[in-house]
Amino acid sequence: MNVQIQERSAPAAGRQGKGFVQVIDVVKKFGDAVALNHVSLTIEKNELFALLGSSGCGKSTLLRILAGFETATEGKILIDGEDLARVPPYHRPVNMMFQSYALFPHMTVERNVGFGLRQEGVPKNEIAERVNEALDLVQMRRFAQRKPHQLSGGQQQRVALARSLVKRPKLLLLDEPMSALDKKIRQQTQFELMNILNKVGVTCVMVTHDQEEAMTMADRLAVMSEGEVVQIGGPTEVYEYPNSRFSAEFIGSTNLFDGVVVEDEPDHVYVEAPGLPARLYINHGITGPLGMNVSVSVRPERVLLSRAKPQQPYNWVQGAVKDVAYMGSYALYRVELGNGRMVTANVAGLVLSQGEAPSYGDEVFVSWSESSGVVLTK
Amino acid sequence: MIKPSKPMSVSVLGLGYLFLYLPIILLVIYSFNESKLVTVWSGFSTKWYATLLDDDELITAAWLSLKIALMTAFASVVIGTWGGFVLARFGRFRMLTLFTAMINAPLVIPEVIQGISLLLLFVAMEQLLGWPQGRGVFTIWIGHVMLCVSYVAIIVQSRVKELNLSYEEAAMDLGATPFKVFFVITLPLIAQALISGWLLSFTLSLDDLVLTAFLSGPGSTTLPLVVFSRVRLGLNPEMNALATIFILLVTIGVVAANQYMRAAERKRAREMRMAFQSESTLAETDNSPVMARQAEGASKPALLTRKGVQS
Repeated sequence: MNVQIQERSAPAAGRQGKGFVQVIDVVKKFGDAVALNHVSLTIEKNELFALLGSSGCGKSTLLRILAGFETATEGKILIDGEDLARVPPYHRPVNMMFQSYALFPHMTVERNVGFGLRQEGVPKNEIAERVNEALDLVQMRRFAQRKPHQLSGGQQQRVALARSLVKRPKLLLLDEPMSALDKKIRQQTQFELMNILNKVGVTCVMVTHDQEEAMTMADRLAVMSEGEVVQIGGPTEVYEYPNSRFSAEFIGSTNLFDGVVVEDEPDHVYVEAPGLPARLYINHGITGPLGMNVSVSVRPERVLLSRAKPQQPYNWVQGAVKDVAYMGSYALYRVELGNGRMVTANVAGLVLSQGEAPSYGDEVFVSWSESSGVVLTK
Repeated sequence: MIKPSKPMSVSVLGLGYLFLYLPIILLVIYSFNESKLVTVWSGFSTKWYATLLDDDELITAAWLSLKIALMTAFASVVIGTWGGFVLARFGRFRMLTLFTAMINAPLVIPEVIQGISLLLLFVAMEQLLGWPQGRGVFTIWIGHVMLCVSYVAIIVQSRVKELNLSYEEAAMDLGATPFKVFFVITLPLIAQALISGWLLSFTLSLDDLVLTAFLSGPGSTTLPLVVFSRVRLGLNPEMNALATIFILLVTIGVVAANQYMRAAERKRAREMRMAFQSESTLAETDNSPVMARQAEGASKPALLTRKGVQS
């Protein structure tokens, strides 16, 4: 069945041209609750795309719509130019790696991986060949005769990956791929998974609530909140240039200063924030009227702490060190400003080791460069 | 936590177990009594067991009971699984509560009422359609299935409800049609519920008296019916011997099943622990500390059972 679909859609791919997977204006309602509110995405071929958001933001619903377990209330899903609305999950060229892996407990690793091929009616010797190939890919061949409960979490994950790749899907879905693993094993596994996916060359949509995981693995990511896509971009882009307060606060942590625009030129902006002794100066322009209410986001690692008053006439505040959390490679300082607000600053391990870092209770100046702030208009 | 004093708890427990098992112990002892009078001990003998083997009526009845119990168990599992699965998976529809209650109702409806109503139905059907002709194995079977289906449906329903949906979704995702998913994935996963449902139906049918009394006809006397009619005429040492054999068989069956299940569980726990260990040694050679939460969790039950053995 699958083969037929692939043949049918092959010529269509050339015609469509833009985007291998297209999510067009998808709405999903459960009764009165709106899970997805006019979501549109375009995913390129062989791209690893992450849907990032906290629980209940609609990312899992979108993944389930792609897999065919849910039907969109409105909108279209195209994969390789083919509209999937009426295709049931068992005929879609899409395979999913489940959060719990969902390895069939009554089948051996070999039979688990071969399950999909058996449904297609692939000849026996070809099944054996392709199963072995897939198990080699994830380095699990020597566990072929084991049952899932005889494997550790990491091994189960690899079998699940082999099972979802063996049918050579056009789109691979990863549902929280690392969440069932211990924290220590995670990072190593992330790189392994990326290597395997690169080797196979498969288009991939991943759902995660872990921003580090999304940043590490994804080529591009979509930040989602309350059923809507807030921002789409590469990890660096989304981190360095968040387009909204939500993105800035969800990806990493940040300091937000609210204020009004008092000077707006093409190459710089001045923002006056109540309670701060100096103006905020940012070396990029914005599109918006003077006097507009904005927020300025400054990442903790861009913030400098000093005992002496900074030279620059802008981008500084004064405060007292309230908390110091030692994190190993850096220390997290929380500085209380005069008006009771808190500013977070990361102090690098190098500074700490030189013994010059301020300690608890010290009066300090917090400053940052003109290129560190990002003006957020929403 | 309130801790009762030791002599107190021992004596209460002792009394409780005595209450439960004294009658059975007496019955077993008196099955070896030589005297024909059940209440007078006159000496050790196994002659009642010998009589039992020559008692054709009893043996025929036992075979019939066994046959009906097997038929009932299979039919109840098929129908009950179907019903339980539908109730667990159909989603919420308007009358779900009503249907669930109606599946549970036969558990609380007195058997006498079930018996009378079925008897009335069969008699009416015979008059109108000429079928079923008289009462016999077939009508008993129908009655027993009606009694047991509810039990199976309830067991299956609760098992299906707690079943992780992602197994079936994964199978569908890999290309299996819903029909195939049910037989290849769902049924094996709920196999334990089916086995317990089967065993429950088998035992319920095997020792059912009330319903059978209404639905049996000439030539279809089950073992409980024979026993009951004989005991009504006075206690009989032969029945004691029969009961002892039954107790022996049941005990062996239960103990064997228990042992088998515990051994399987221990094996599983050991294998899961080994999977965890294999990964940590693998990690050592890679010079990276690797640990999987699932395997860690798996070693816990094993620790618990060890502690349980110690205490």
